Amino acid sequence: MSVEVHIRQGFQGFDLDVSFAAPAGLTVLFGSSGSGKTSVINAVAGLSRPAQSRIVVNGEVLSDSATRRWVPPHQRSLGYVFQEGRLFPHMNVRKNLLYGNGLSKGRAEVASLDQVVEILGIGGLLERRPAELSGGEKQRVAIGRALLARPKLILADEPLAALDEPRKAEILPYFERLRDEFSLPILYVTHSIAEVARLATTVVALKDGKVERVGAAAEVLSDPSFTPMGPRAVGAVLDAKVVTHHEDGLTELTANGVALMLPQLSHAIGDQVRVRVAAHDVILSREAPKGLSALNIVEGRVQSVRSGGGPGAIVSVDTKAGRILARITRRSAAALELSEGGTCYAVMKSVSVAPQDIGTR
Amino acid sequence: MSDWLGPQEWAAVGLSLKVAFWAMMGAVVPGVFVAYALARWEFFGKQFVNVLVHLPLVLPPVATGYLLLITFGTQGVVGSALKEIGVVFAFRWTGAALAAAVMAFPLLVRAIRLSIEAIDPKLEQAAATLGASRGRVFFTVTLPLMLPGLLAGMVLAFAKAMGEFGATITFVSNIPGQTRTLPSAIYAFLQVPGGETAAMRLVVVSIIVAAGALILSEVLARRIAAKVGQA
Repeated sequence: MSVEVHIRQGFQGFDLDVSFAAPAGLTVLFGSSGSGKTSVINAVAGLSRPAQSRIVVNGEVLSDSATRRWVPPHQRSLGYVFQEGRLFPHMNVRKNLLYGNGLSKGRAEVASLDQVVEILGIGGLLERRPAELSGGEKQRVAIGRALLARPKLILADEPLAALDEPRKAEILPYFERLRDEFSLPILYVTHSIAEVARLATTVVALKDGKVERVGAAAEVLSDPSFTPMGPRAVGAVLDAKVVTHHEDGLTELTANGVALMLPQLSHAIGDQVRVRVAAHDVILSREAPKGLSALNIVEGRVQSVRSGGGPGAIVSVDTKAGRILARITRRSAAALELSEGGTCYAVMKSVSVAPQDIGTR
Repeated sequence: MSDWLGPQEWAAVGLSLKVAFWAMMGAVVPGVFVAYALARWEFFGKQFVNVLVHLPLVLPPVATGYLLLITFGTQGVVGSALKEIGVVFAFRWTGAALAAAVMAFPLLVRAIRLSIEAIDPKLEQAAATLGASRGRVFFTVTLPLMLPGLLAGMVLAFAKAMGEFGATITFVSNIPGQTRTLPSAIYAFLQVPGGETAAMRLVVVSIIVAAGALILSEVLARRIAAKVGQA
């Protein structure tokens, strides 16, 4: 199960030249606006036809300019979730959901209508018109409509960008379930590092129409040299498991044997979660801190110290729990005499981890 | 009611309704096609097609009628060929319908084109990604969404066809029972002494039909708009 993409296209003053292979799971096309990510996903969908392209999904060649093969979009077996939902205004929710379903009868069903309705919690909306739905409800219906079209590939183009923060938090878990419960490759376009951290199996970072970086999400995000949205957005991702929920409202996790305390999570005991720890929320100490209010203290070894022209530095620390990135001042780095191979302690306040930075894995 | 109008007058009203109906029905499919092409496609000669479609709107109707006569008349290029297969337009009610259709065509195309341009092509793209071929996209997404505009265009075309005079009288003359439509009949009554009252009766009928068509289109358009969720 994989997706292979090669695209070359010259626009006015902008050259798109993108090649990557995405393994199973959710692949995020990540980059700022104008980086070419929507052009890539639309070429995969067949909505645009680049000058040169070769697109292969699960061994099926959808487009190959060398052999002049080009499968039109309606024969590509897609489930495309757009930024603005794009529900059909003249059909109720049920008809919207079943639109692609009726056109793909030859293929195996990915999920039944009942399953989709249950997973997305849209049972009460079936007879409503799109005009009567909220933004979050529209996106849930759009996800359901894509799933019911018996897709072999799910595409999502900034599906959360038009929503406010609470609605984003409402929709994100559905993409996690899509990634975890259906064995479908997913191409997901976003410019939000938080969505990358929560959803990505693989990250394809685009910049000015070129691939800047491809790799497993944990690897790319814990690379201190990868700061596409500036140093403030840096943060590593830890894989952890829910151990227990304490009575004082904290949830205890274990990351490879290291205990972490976080504000109450809704996940069940035993669930695997991924926690994004923003680099600016991590404090470093050379000695084991005592008498500190922070609950999470992890010993580690400095892997690298990087600084640019500004006053900040990003310190990468390898711990038993995984790699942690810390953003501190250059002055502190010098005062602590942090250098490669040195021992240090990474300190994280429990409450600094935002709920939207915790996802399932 | 039936003795309110004389038999000649009834014939004119009936003929006009028939002519206008078939003019509207004949124009609607090519009208949708041309409107769709003008709204959605880029092709060589698009501007030429656009001008050609709108020509009857700005040309003197008599000129349009004359062009129809030399094209579709029994001696005309198209007319003589059609005569071979038994289709005759000249001096028949079918010719009146053709003239009315040609005159109503620009109004029909304009109304439909506007309603197509109001539809977000992104919805059609979404339908394509869900597995709909171009034809299916048209019939399941584009057509239902353009229905209010299509209906408005059809009523407009019907009303225009009811009132068409210049091109009709030039192309198919003014033969009672055959090509004497409402406007032709009004014109004919006004040419004879004492015909004013008959003419006035037909004017009243014209007003009733035109107003009825407009009210009907309003009601239908509102119902359809509510149904397609655009109210």
